[in-house]
Amino acid sequence: MKEYKTITRVAGPLIFVEKTEPVGYGELVRISLPGGSVKSGQVLDTSEEIVVVQVFEGTSGIDLNTRVKFLGETIKLPVSGEILGRILNGAGKPIDGGPEIVPDEMMEITGAAINPYARANPSDFIQTGISTIDGTNTLVRGQKLPLFSGSGLPHNEIALQIARQAKVLGSKEGFAIVFAAMGITNEEARRFISEFEETGALKRAVVFLNLADDPAVERIITPRMALTAAEYLAFRKEMHVLVILTDMTNYAESLREIGAARSEIPGRRGYPGYMYTDLAMLYERAGMIKGKKGSITQLPILTMVGDDITHPIPDLTGYITEGQIVISRELHSRNIYPPVDVLPSLSRLMNLGIGPGKTREDHKQVSDQLYAFYAEGKDLRGLVAIVGEESLSERERRILKLAADFEAKFVKQGRNEDRDIEKTLDIGWQLLSQIPEGELTRISPELRKKHYGKH
Amino acid sequence: MAKTGKIYRVAGPVVVAELEAGMYDVCKVGKEKLLGEVIQINGGRCTIQVYEDTTGIKPGEDVENTGQPLAVELGPGLLSSIYDGIQRPLQVLRGLTGDFIGRGATAPGLDRKRKWDFKAIVKPGAVVKGGSVIGTVKESETVMHKILVPPNVSGKVVSIADGSYTVADVIGKLEDGTELRLMQIWPVRKPRPVTEKLLPVVPLITGQRIFDSLFPLAKGGVAAIPGPFGSGKTVSQQQLAKWCDADVIVYVGCGERGNEMTEVLTEFPEITDPRTGKPLMQRTVLIANTSNMPVAAREASVYTGITLAEYYRDMGYSVALMADSTSRWAEAMREISSRLEEMPGEEGYPAYLSSRVSEFYERAGRAATLMGAEGSVSVIGAVSPPGGDLSEPVTQSTLRVIKTYWALDAKLAQRRHFPAINWLTSHSLYLDSLAGWYAEKVAPDWTELIGRTRTILQEEEKLMEIMQLVGSDALPEKEQVTLLVARMFREFLLQQNAFHPVDTYSEPKKTYLIMKTILHFADLAKAALDSGIRAQRIVALKSKDKVADVKFEKGYEDFLAAANKDIEKEFAQLK
Repeated sequence: MKEYKTITRVAGPLIFVEKTEPVGYGELVRISLPGGSVKSGQVLDTSEEIVVVQVFEGTSGIDLNTRVKFLGETIKLPVSGEILGRILNGAGKPIDGGPEIVPDEMMEITGAAINPYARANPSDFIQTGISTIDGTNTLVRGQKLPLFSGSGLPHNEIALQIARQAKVLGSKEGFAIVFAAMGITNEEARRFISEFEETGALKRAVVFLNLADDPAVERIITPRMALTAAEYLAFRKEMHVLVILTDMTNYAESLREIGAARSEIPGRRGYPGYMYTDLAMLYERAGMIKGKKGSITQLPILTMVGDDITHPIPDLTGYITEGQIVISRELHSRNIYPPVDVLPSLSRLMNLGIGPGKTREDHKQVSDQLYAFYAEGKDLRGLVAIVGEESLSERERRILKLAADFEAKFVKQGRNEDRDIEKTLDIGWQLLSQIPEGELTRISPELRKKHYGKH
Repeated sequence: MAKTGKIYRVAGPVVVAELEAGMYDVCKVGKEKLLGEVIQINGGRCTIQVYEDTTGIKPGEDVENTGQPLAVELGPGLLSSIYDGIQRPLQVLRGLTGDFIGRGATAPGLDRKRKWDFKAIVKPGAVVKGGSVIGTVKESETVMHKILVPPNVSGKVVSIADGSYTVADVIGKLEDGTELRLMQIWPVRKPRPVTEKLLPVVPLITGQRIFDSLFPLAKGGVAAIPGPFGSGKTVSQQQLAKWCDADVIVYVGCGERGNEMTEVLTEFPEITDPRTGKPLMQRTVLIANTSNMPVAAREASVYTGITLAEYYRDMGYSVALMADSTSRWAEAMREISSRLEEMPGEEGYPAYLSSRVSEFYERAGRAATLMGAEGSVSVIGAVSPPGGDLSEPVTQSTLRVIKTYWALDAKLAQRRHFPAINWLTSHSLYLDSLAGWYAEKVAPDWTELIGRTRTILQEEEKLMEIMQLVGSDALPEKEQVTLLVARMFREFLLQQNAFHPVDTYSEPKKTYLIMKTILHFADLAKAALDSGIRAQRIVALKSKDKVADVKFEKGYEDFLAAANKDIEKEFAQLK
């Protein structure tokens, strides 16, 4: 294999290499610096005259004497059953002091699309023990449900609580956890790991760490590595895998950095035009396959820039994922944990995972009714601010009170409180029973008769 | 006349090759023979968008030009199939490359082995022209597939015979030697010809109350559903695909979620068509190019879809095409355009965005087909405006060409008002042209009731603003009743539960009777107010709540008749 010394340009995370033999698109590249250190990269653009390579470890130290070798293969992750319990860096190398992973198999990290015809319909209810998720935004096996948060909000705690408590009712199988950190701080990462250690979850977890001071370009491959490991565990080892990706905002920023270095025409807010496709290639790797036992459930976390849900990152994410859990700064500052704002939150697969035989027959209607009243109650708060509570009708005052109780009793719960679905729905009925029965228009007469005032 | 060339450059889905080619020629790229299409010619080099992942492809590898544009196979076997954006049958691909889609896998759109019973309609000696029906094949229990002469072919039939044929077998011959088959091939980017386009005058009945009543769509009409994520675009599209009274449905999942396509795939075969009693899948073609499948195939998927739709229209059927979502299609154009380093227009979209959008929607319509029948293609395009901002280019280019506009509203969705169609900002330009049909088929006073309903809903909006300032108790009595009636319209008429077995489909008559009952209540309430009864007492009436339950009743006529009686009785007691 030839080595080249024909770097003509270095720009940001990219190097431009001239006059090579034909090089394949997406090929892995080894870059040897004069000082003896070695970096790796990937081909982004290849033609007869020039090859563009993105360097994962950053381009610092690269000069025109640096040697470049094209390895003729694409990036692969070594996988085996041994990866459980391991901590790897963002490029898939062990950093826990343990041995190298002896691979059963080398898997392409790009990941092919699951044939839509081969997908199985997700329908297993995952009980997270958090009422705002189980009751009103139910998570289902094989779903991708992101947490839309903001800086300074307790999204990590919520993700950890979900990882700790998540179970499928009537099933003994536990979750394997794949955790990918992209650009989060050392401290945040430590907290995740020590929590995994304390609860014994580390034994059935694979951790990929690309921290805030690690090369930004490496972040492009970190989630791909993690999802490849997840696919291996789910579809070869038939495990149920929960993938936590944090923080997708940092990932998208790396994407922008590379786009800018290539002088691409930028899309909204400078993010590349292909960001939708790129994000989709990560998120769509969640799911289940017909005839295979395992599943991949994704819980990506992203901090919304300026708490703006219309910013390109949450916006494009919301169009790909099956809903979103929105963390609210307002609830957080009112000391309500978990501060989930149920109104903009949504689980698109909820209807597949609830109902008789899965949760309870009244689940959907209770959820819809709570939503309707809570939305109305929040509107009324605005009205009260202008005209005062006295000018409200009696019905309106009841709904106002219900909205407050909803936040205090349904939304709010302990950091270690694991509410089962029965409990969650019963709290829902306690709240609804404050309203005259005839006004519960979202609930069928039979269910009203069965549950109204009974909990 | 295959020509070959060499790859010069590879950058993602775009490959530049030294090759002699025409615009939109289909090429086979590299050793793995990945399918692609020429989208730019520059001197001796042409740019090819490749429908598959290009990882590993090198400069210097061969490119083979087929000299043909991207085309689809049309013939029996399309219905109940599920294809990717370039008509590769996903079920067959799974057999070839497993659960994940591998590269370079090819399979013909139509099964070459399956035999169909062909019954000839014409006899040797007959003169046929493009679009003539030469025979039929029973494609599914619900659809009789008419075998058409391809549009550009005509002549005298010298032989034709009934029998059991595959799509590739010769079923007859014309005098000039042209062979006739069950299958024909048509380029996707070229509209199939019709004799004449006609004005749409028949509604596409959707079974969704808000669509059928306030914002109807005509058969052959075009509609858009724009809305931010989570507002219910996909559920609305799926509801339409399930319940609308078209003969054939083409559902294009363009850049959407894999799990959603699976939901369609598992649900449709289980749902029975209310008109035929047969599984819905038998009238449906699915095209699934999920968001993580190659972007160029996503760009092609809407054209593949509409070509299939036109083909069934040519047989004289009414066809409805759902494209979910056209924004993803537009973004695919943008992505490829930016790889071509074209000068961008608004928000990075190519300058030709709006002409492509209008060209696409123009392929819809009610038409006199070449065979002399009448068929239609209705197009319902979902639009996903970034950040819910309706002023963005895709929504705006779409709004210029569509006639029915179903505006989804995130706020309504948040309070679980479904379908979350905003009744104030939506519109339909077909109301007038369809009025005659509704008067004749449903009720003579249909249009009048719609008008009254809209007025009350408009009025509510105004009153809500006032109420924000003064509180609801301070409103005059008459206005309090108006608010009550408007709430009845919202909850009993406009809201519809897609997941309830009865409520999911509401025939026009049921919609009409609910509307009529609420208006009857409004009339009685007005009379009561005039005779000095307090609004509070009207608001407290129990009988109105019964109307809500009719949504879940199959025998709605008796139920509503009883509810009307109760309402009348209660009003009589007020005096």
